Amino acid sequence: MTTAVSILPGPQLAALNDAYRQAVARKRLRMMLAAAAFFAVLIVAAIGAEVNLRTLFTFFGNFVSYFDRILTLEDGTRVWTNPAEWFWGWRKWLWMLGETILISYVGTMIGAVLAFALNFLAAQNTSPAPWLRFVIRRLLEFARTVPGIVFALIFVIAFGLGPMAGVLAIAIHSTGALGKQFSEIVENADMKPVEGVRSTGASWLSCMRFAVLPQVAAGYASYALLRFEINVREASVMGFVGAGGIGQELVVAIRKFYYSDVSAILVTIIVTVFIIDISTGWLRGRLFGKDARA
Amino acid sequence: MSQLPKPDRAQLRAKYPDVFDRPASARLAMPAMIVGAFAIFVFGLVDLDFSPSKLWSGVSQLGWITLMMIPPDPGSSLPAYLSALGETLSIAVLGTTIAAITALPVSLLAARNVIPSNLLRFPVRRVLDSIRGVDTLIWALVWINVVGLGPFAGVLAIAVADFGAFGKLFSEAIEAADRKQVEGIRASGGTALHEIRFGLLPQVLPVIAGQVLYFIESNTRSATIIGIVGAGGIGLQLAEQIRVLEWQKVSFLILMILVAVAAIDWISGKLRFAIIGQRAIA
Repeated sequence: MTTAVSILPGPQLAALNDAYRQAVARKRLRMMLAAAAFFAVLIVAAIGAEVNLRTLFTFFGNFVSYFDRILTLEDGTRVWTNPAEWFWGWRKWLWMLGETILISYVGTMIGAVLAFALNFLAAQNTSPAPWLRFVIRRLLEFARTVPGIVFALIFVIAFGLGPMAGVLAIAIHSTGALGKQFSEIVENADMKPVEGVRSTGASWLSCMRFAVLPQVAAGYASYALLRFEINVREASVMGFVGAGGIGQELVVAIRKFYYSDVSAILVTIIVTVFIIDISTGWLRGRLFGKDARA
Repeated sequence: MSQLPKPDRAQLRAKYPDVFDRPASARLAMPAMIVGAFAIFVFGLVDLDFSPSKLWSGVSQLGWITLMMIPPDPGSSLPAYLSALGETLSIAVLGTTIAAITALPVSLLAARNVIPSNLLRFPVRRVLDSIRGVDTLIWALVWINVVGLGPFAGVLAIAVADFGAFGKLFSEAIEAADRKQVEGIRASGGTALHEIRFGLLPQVLPVIAGQVLYFIESNTRSATIIGIVGAGGIGLQLAEQIRVLEWQKVSFLILMILVAVAAIDWISGKLRFAIIGQRAIA
């Protein structure tokens, strides 16, 4: 079977082609302008960040050789040929790693409880008063925008060196992040049960407890688990400023050029993060069905 | 009015044993989990040296610090702070861009619909995962060892850390792309490269642009903290002022960071709106 492709007569086609070309040309011009503006921003940024391509080229070899060195033991052999020597400090590192996980666990718990206490006040559909909602929202925003490690720096001075500062820093940051996510879940909740409960003469608190909470509890737990996962990463660097956990060991190893220790600690951190990711993913899948795993 | 027959409880019970007598394991699972979670929490508090007296003295210290922070005052170092802020923004923009440009080709290798072979895709994905497993701050420390103190180390740290994140996000965007357009290109005789260029990229570029803008925003935050370990920008100033207990300057710097993040937030929201339209922002 053959189909004839009809071709428009010459002048009509030319007009259409012209219009098409014009449209494309306009789009291209806009694209070029955007690209030019972007490059201008990049160049300004490059000057601002003192980027020096020559330095990069001279030092790129260093980057490669750095990895070469952290994968070499003191006696010159590759690290994986002698795992016992590579992970010589595994007892201490595992201990610190346990502390790291505990820091993020306790921090996440405190953050989740605080966020839970605040989120009904911050959600649009359940907040008892607009001014209260505004205040709580700004507070949560502040807690989540200031990086956790900045809180840790300040807390180390207030509470002294040690894991307590790290826990509190993570707790505050988690409160901000979870408070926002929790209140978004509440905003998506169905309001009909609330009306039903209110029509029986229940107080605000009972409305939240019996109408909203059953709808949102699973979402809360899912987000809290996800936050725990993120916080393990965060807790692994809290030690950089003296707030406990494995970061302390890592920063010492990097600063003092204990090359093989750096790679050993990095490997333990990466493996731990993997395990936590996979197990919380599994747990979320088990508890809340497959869609919660994403 | 018709009267419903009164349900026979015993009969119902016999008919639906699962509803009336849930097995003990199902009934006890929730309380057991809560008790377990709480037990770990308490163990954590003890193990991490929490004590009421320590907490109390710390909180009162913190109260003092907060009082000392008011009012925020940059003293005479405002110009230095502004240039540090500029440095931070530069680090975020440049690092994110480098990461995006280098991650795009790699993400093609990690996408199932471009590389059907598991053999090649698996190692690429694992490498990306490992890079993401290491925090930006750690990358910053590594780069400081390589290129020395300064903002350049920060740029490279953000570039490497985001490379891992972008590789994953981009490859997911590519996998979500519509297959039909690629098939159309192939049907008209295009090569594999043509398929990517004309079939995939037009679909994924707007998504990618949105993600890059979002990362520039979140990297403004990351860029403030990598300064704490010496990789330039406003974090360096912040860490220094905290160490010398200049609280008024500290609060001013924190305010500056908040304002800058909010500004970038707003700008990138506008840009994303312009690129991908209202629907995709939410």
